[in-house]
Amino acid sequence: MNGSYLDSYAPLLLMFLLAAGLAAVLIIASSVVGRHLKVRAKDQPYECGIRPTGDAREPYSVHFYMVAMIFILFDIEAIFLYPWAIVFKQLNMFGFVEMLLYIAILVVGYIYLWKKGALEWK
Amino acid sequence: MEFVTHHPVLVVSLIKIAIALFVVMTALAYLTWFERKVVARIQSRWGPYWVGPHGLLQPLADGIKFLFKEDIVPPAADKISYVLAPFLALALALTTLALIPIGPATISILGQPTQLVISHSNVALILLFAISSIGIYAVVLAGWSSNSKYPLMGGLRSSAQMISYEVSLTLSVVGVLLIAGSFDFYDIVGGQSGHWVHVIPKWHIFPQILGFICYLTAAIAETNRVPFDLPEAETELVAGFHTEYSSFKFAMFFMAEYANMITVSCLATLLFLGGWLSPFPETGAWRWQLYLPAAGLIIAGIGLIVGGLRGVQLSAKLVFPVLGIVCLGVGYLCTLPGVMPVIQGPFWFTAKVFFLLFFYVWARGTLPRFRYDQLMSFGWKFLLPLSLINLVVTSLVVVLRLR
Amino acid sequence: MNIAMLVFIACSVMAIVGALALILAREPVHSALALVLVMISLAILYLLLGAAFIAAIQILVYAGAIMVLFVFVIMLLNAGEEVRTNVSRLAKWVGLPLGIFFLLEMAYSLFREYGGRAALAGGTAAPVPASTRDLSMKLFTEFVLPFELTSILILIAVLGALVLAKRES
Repeated sequence: MNGSYLDSYAPLLLMFLLAAGLAAVLIIASSVVGRHLKVRAKDQPYECGIRPTGDAREPYSVHFYMVAMIFILFDIEAIFLYPWAIVFKQLNMFGFVEMLLYIAILVVGYIYLWKKGALEWK
Repeated sequence: MEFVTHHPVLVVSLIKIAIALFVVMTALAYLTWFERKVVARIQSRWGPYWVGPHGLLQPLADGIKFLFKEDIVPPAADKISYVLAPFLALALALTTLALIPIGPATISILGQPTQLVISHSNVALILLFAISSIGIYAVVLAGWSSNSKYPLMGGLRSSAQMISYEVSLTLSVVGVLLIAGSFDFYDIVGGQSGHWVHVIPKWHIFPQILGFICYLTAAIAETNRVPFDLPEAETELVAGFHTEYSSFKFAMFFMAEYANMITVSCLATLLFLGGWLSPFPETGAWRWQLYLPAAGLIIAGIGLIVGGLRGVQLSAKLVFPVLGIVCLGVGYLCTLPGVMPVIQGPFWFTAKVFFLLFFYVWARGTLPRFRYDQLMSFGWKFLLPLSLINLVVTSLVVVLRLR
Repeated sequence: MNIAMLVFIACSVMAIVGALALILAREPVHSALALVLVMISLAILYLLLGAAFIAAIQILVYAGAIMVLFVFVIMLLNAGEEVRTNVSRLAKWVGLPLGIFFLLEMAYSLFREYGGRAALAGGTAAPVPASTRDLSMKLFTEFVLPFELTSILILIAVLGALVLAKRES
């Protein structure tokens, strides 16, 4: 390991490995330690005591897809704001105007979504 | 031994990680106890009382109980995803804590100088968001893999809620970045030192109060806590995405939830509440504040001894005085010249995080739950515009003050 | 063999295994998960190259946002297990040999350029950390026009998403 750059990220990786190890140990331990008693009723999907009908994986509202789509778009916008924010003081007024323009264009899209009822939950 | 000399950083990190994991796991366990106690007091109940004095051993009992419960994997489930979900939830929730620094001091472990953080990165903030953004798969996979209707519904709702509020969460922090001009937590906290008119600390919460409110609301929604705990709305969806889970896999979702609570509270402390900085000025007249950690521990120790001896339970009479003596001992250690400057940062940091965690629990004990459509429109139609406005106004103020 | 090299090899293997699993897995959700694994491995490789910021963005955008949409769509369509078909004749006789040929060609030219192991070890051992600040300054001064154009791109994507969703419902 050389250089202070990798010194700051190797521990992060190590932390993940140890945390993952801990999680894995807990999962394995609980499946080994706990007793197992096969009963047919236990294996059924939980449905408040009613006999389960049909497949659980039914197609659902297109709205979830819409939310994920809008999320990506605004997430990308937010991510652009991050590097902009840390050099904002150097960019000064230029930076402000350029981001105002950027946000203004996106706000148009946002208002359009709102007016078309895409943010409504039915 | 050769490994130690060749990779000192890794060995030191290993020690720090071991300590951090131990502290966090203990904190997780006692956070559940704390939450039950506080909610109980809000509802005029006693809460856990009989397992150990004042229910102090309740978390341990719960853990053992979870471990010995039958571990059911539904035959209809998708095995890989079913096991992967709780694993991801806990592993990622714990990993994010590696990026959180708890104090400015440099200490020495095995002769190696090291900081009070596991991984000091100069893009720490964005890296933290990145790691926690993968956590959404835990929820989606848990819901989908169970192959049951309630978990699927709960998982979808939960993940849609998480991504909706993630936008507001990331946007609400930009105001702080505009002022601080860095992703590094050390720079962000360092920029908050000093005082206005000698008394008000220059924490970001004061200029960024709107951002703080947005952040806190979005953070509560991100961690699926009351009043945004729709995925776990017992009255509608049984237990949400983890309905089909049992044994320790079930517990791991809760551990992850509490670990995430701790992470977002730490983040709020670092970004808005001045991190490890003391609220008091550091002038000579305020020197007594250095004794606050010790004083707090000694008062707690005396309280434990007196309260324990007057207690009704025999176990309380035995255990509390011992705990009290431990507190007194640690309190005395905090007055030693080698320890006193090091302990200040972690003390204030922990105090602030604890306050935020109390706020979380308080909110749970007080607020009713949102309806799902209200929740989604609150996120998209209120919180998102609000954080955008905060961002634009902040940048305008910052740019005008530069002139 | 230093630790950077070890991580590099581990992540490369992870990326390749993930890519193979993506193609070979029958359950679409598993394919999506394999792609997430590829994204994360790539992010760690970026990290090794000294681009911590890009690594974080890679995870945040691809693994944390775009792949979530993929998974949502797979669940929305309720796509079941794939049905295996026989490999088409064109793929078998033209595609496969061509793919292998390109792979070998790439490996050969890379090997000639960098001289194999020594260069690889040198390449991963001492990354020069990229300055996020310089990157941002460049993005918001020199490349300000492409940056502004992304907002229009996103706007068009918003309109497109809305039109598609409205038609379906």
